[in-house]
Amino acid sequence: MPRINSPGELEAVRREIESQADRAKPCVLICAGSGCIASGAAEVIAAFRAEIENQGLAVDIGTKGTGCHGFCERGPVVVLYPEEICYLQVKPEDVPEIVSKTLKGKEIVERLVYADRATGEKASRESEIPFYKNQQRHVIGSNVRIDPKSIEDYMALGGYTALSKALCDMTAVEVLGEIKKSNLRGRGGGGFPTGRKWEESRNAPGDIKYVIVNADEGDPGAYMDRSVLEGNPHSVLEGLIIGGWAVGACQGFVYVRQEYPLAVENLMIAIEQATEYGFLGQNILGSGFDFKVTVHRGAGAFVCGESSALMTAIEGKAGEPRPKYIHTAIKGVWDRPSVLNNVETWANVPLIIARGADWFTQFGTEKSKGTKIFSLVGKINNTGLVEVPMGTTLRDIIFKVGGGIPGGRKFKAVQTGGPSGGCIPESMLDLEVGFDELSKVGSMMGSGGMIIMDEDTCMVDVARYFLDFLADESCGKCVPCREGIRQMLKILTNITQGKGKEGDIERLEELAEVAGYAALCALGRTAPNPFLSTLKYFREEYEAHIRDKKCPALSCKELIAYYIDPNKCRACMTCSKQCPSNAIDGGKNRIHVIEQDKCTKCGTCFEVCPSRFGAVTKISGAPVPPPIPEEARIITRESKQK
Amino acid sequence: MDKEQIDKIVAKYHGEPSALIQILLDIQSENRWLPGEALQMVAEALDVPLTRIQHIATFYKAFSLVPKGRHEIHICMGTACHVRGASRVLDTVEGHTGIKPGETDLDMKFSLETVNCLGCCALGPVIEIDGKPHGRMAPAKALEVLKNYE
Amino acid sequence: MSEILFTIDAKEVKATEGMTVLEAAKSIGVFIPTLCHHEKLEPYGACRICMVEVETGGRTRIVASCLYPVEPNLVVRTRSQTIDKIRRVLIEEMLAHAPDSVQLDELAKEYGADRDRFEKEPSFCIHCGLCVRYCAEIKKKNALGFIDRGARREISFIPKLAAEECWNCKECFELCPTSALQAAYVLAQALSPV
Repeated sequence: MPRINSPGELEAVRREIESQADRAKPCVLICAGSGCIASGAAEVIAAFRAEIENQGLAVDIGTKGTGCHGFCERGPVVVLYPEEICYLQVKPEDVPEIVSKTLKGKEIVERLVYADRATGEKASRESEIPFYKNQQRHVIGSNVRIDPKSIEDYMALGGYTALSKALCDMTAVEVLGEIKKSNLRGRGGGGFPTGRKWEESRNAPGDIKYVIVNADEGDPGAYMDRSVLEGNPHSVLEGLIIGGWAVGACQGFVYVRQEYPLAVENLMIAIEQATEYGFLGQNILGSGFDFKVTVHRGAGAFVCGESSALMTAIEGKAGEPRPKYIHTAIKGVWDRPSVLNNVETWANVPLIIARGADWFTQFGTEKSKGTKIFSLVGKINNTGLVEVPMGTTLRDIIFKVGGGIPGGRKFKAVQTGGPSGGCIPESMLDLEVGFDELSKVGSMMGSGGMIIMDEDTCMVDVARYFLDFLADESCGKCVPCREGIRQMLKILTNITQGKGKEGDIERLEELAEVAGYAALCALGRTAPNPFLSTLKYFREEYEAHIRDKKCPALSCKELIAYYIDPNKCRACMTCSKQCPSNAIDGGKNRIHVIEQDKCTKCGTCFEVCPSRFGAVTKISGAPVPPPIPEEARIITRESKQK
Repeated sequence: MDKEQIDKIVAKYHGEPSALIQILLDIQSENRWLPGEALQMVAEALDVPLTRIQHIATFYKAFSLVPKGRHEIHICMGTACHVRGASRVLDTVEGHTGIKPGETDLDMKFSLETVNCLGCCALGPVIEIDGKPHGRMAPAKALEVLKNYE
Repeated sequence: MSEILFTIDAKEVKATEGMTVLEAAKSIGVFIPTLCHHEKLEPYGACRICMVEVETGGRTRIVASCLYPVEPNLVVRTRSQTIDKIRRVLIEEMLAHAPDSVQLDELAKEYGADRDRFEKEPSFCIHCGLCVRYCAEIKKKNALGFIDRGARREISFIPKLAAEECWNCKECFELCPTSALQAAYVLAQALSPV
């Protein structure tokens, strides 16, 4: 490929790529994000290529593995261009039919199109599916049309024109001004204004400065950064180079967790391609600006998502946070000014430069501008990645986009902000999402994880879960975090096991307060949030565990027992056959009884008991009724008697 | 791992001490664990104290200082999997294999680890065996999956 | 170096740029308790016992005095209800590990800490890091370091180095606030194949 030396040459190359791409030519776009790959997308791609070849269509029809489409629940997702027909949960065995019927015969395969689970209403185009219809996909939308391993795909959509504009038509100060004007706030955690951070570094003394991509997305249940980096790596690189120009940095780092192998792979390819085209290296686009990028793979430590810890890790040390009385924007990697933003923040930068700050600020609320990607997971019908304007209500995200709670269960809470965030109850569903709005109710935006919980989720257990996570992920340097979390976890574990005591809540509150004041870094200071927010909104659950030794959500293993209602059991043997610990006594025509001392409470019987019987129940806070006498267990079936 | 292999990896990073974590990751991925002699060799090649290497090798989750079994089981304990019952899956797998997270069984068949999110939340609870994800797990289903590994 | 004027516990202080609040306090004889601080070593900020309240620009924050740089017109308070509470709880947390530490015992009396607040799990180490940092920064031997993270973090000797270097040095022993380092050392020796 030719090295591009000026904005004019870039435009010429872009036109050439566009003219070569026949827009009317049919193309099969298959989501090749990690989620769909896990559901078998690689096999589907292979099947399409083979089938198209077999049917002699290879010249007329293209196939492309693209970035993540976001609708992970119904993956693998396949979209057929130019009609934009969308098929969901496609299996390799569906492929011959799709090729014959839809690609050749322009006929829709009804069973593969979206059908609403509640109403049965169908939608054959991606844009008509409620999950997509209610989103505004500025950042993640391009994923669908791009092969992440092709820089030309990105350029065909206007990629790197923002870089050209920034380097050749704007001064560094003007770029900085545009970002400041856009009010872009960091999408990785606290929501610090990006422009202010850049300015701080720009004005800091020193010749060598750094710009860094934080792709160490560690919040469990959040994967939007992975999807952007994996699905559209050039958008992140372009943002980073523009940032380097604005800040006055010639060196960029991408800190990406090695648990994201596909993201690392696509990123490495993207850097190579961008270097060949001359978007990285010396004298970029003839502007005189030099910039290079180094990839640092993270070796697995949640704390490295914290800026100073991440920078310590880049220096090749154990990722312990440093006190930030002097901002990392002034003293960061090797004590040099270092700007750190997460993947999604960087990916917004080219959009703002290309379309202007005024375009960006028309979306969102007064203090939170633009869109935000959320990963909507847990007890939700449409698990996936959702991009909506800031200010959208939780209710709209969860019910309009997310399709509500599966199995007719009742919504209980949404957890946002990862381990530093909190749980928001049903009464606050009309809250408009934004940085300050979420903080005000005791949670936070974080990187955008949204875990939906239903009535079967125990909120004390959720707090215990996060403290357990943090006890393992704390770096262990300072006392209030290491010891405070350890003691909090012990108390919470005791409560969930029925060993809670009066005074436990107060003890927890005091440990939480001290960690909040005294811990060295944000991980420790926010560690108590999952406890504090669940206590604030679900105190009665804590009290039920402590006083009545009862788990109201029937979730805590030590506080529940499984019981087969003899009046409902039809002795079908489904549960007794599947019980992994052989704890169910019963047989053909003999009502089943759980031997409580053998039961490991794995819940298999509860899950497999046919819903028409519903004989297995959970009991908490009350004794298990004694087993019925042997002679009463025999079922005489009327039909057999005749 | 012999010295030649280590030197090759170190050379890839120009013997730069700041690349220590990258070098250890490469050794881990080639060898599947970090033998003590390898750490000693890296310390000498980069001229960094062994204490720093020891800290890194125990601080980050990617590294193992003991050999791994033939099959590596990763059970996702991300929040989405947790609320969908991942801990019950973990309990069952622990019971079946007789090992706890971080351990390898005596036959060197399985190594068990918990991970904090594989990012396949739609498929939760997820377990990953030798890199292959198995979705929508339940205790009994997980045991079925494990039977396929020798 | 410009001179910086501010107050600690309503006493006026003259400090120079680059000093920490802890150093400035010491210079006028105001005592702030510390466990992980050592004059010869880089500030570390791990024990958090030295937390103080600082007021700057109308905003009150709680900061580690061993790290916080002095600035003009700063108002520092080394004791308050909140500060005393923080110190008390931190001492209680550390006493669970090192119930026999004389230094902790004295602090416990001063701040009314309950020795039995948390279940005892004596590991004897409060992770102040004095031994590790002294060996690295002053002696430049790196014979011992930290391993692991979170609640499992501990100090560990490199047996070969310890066998060669430590017996003739032992300078870190007297720095240990729980007087337990020697035991740890002997243990490491006992376990060492050398």
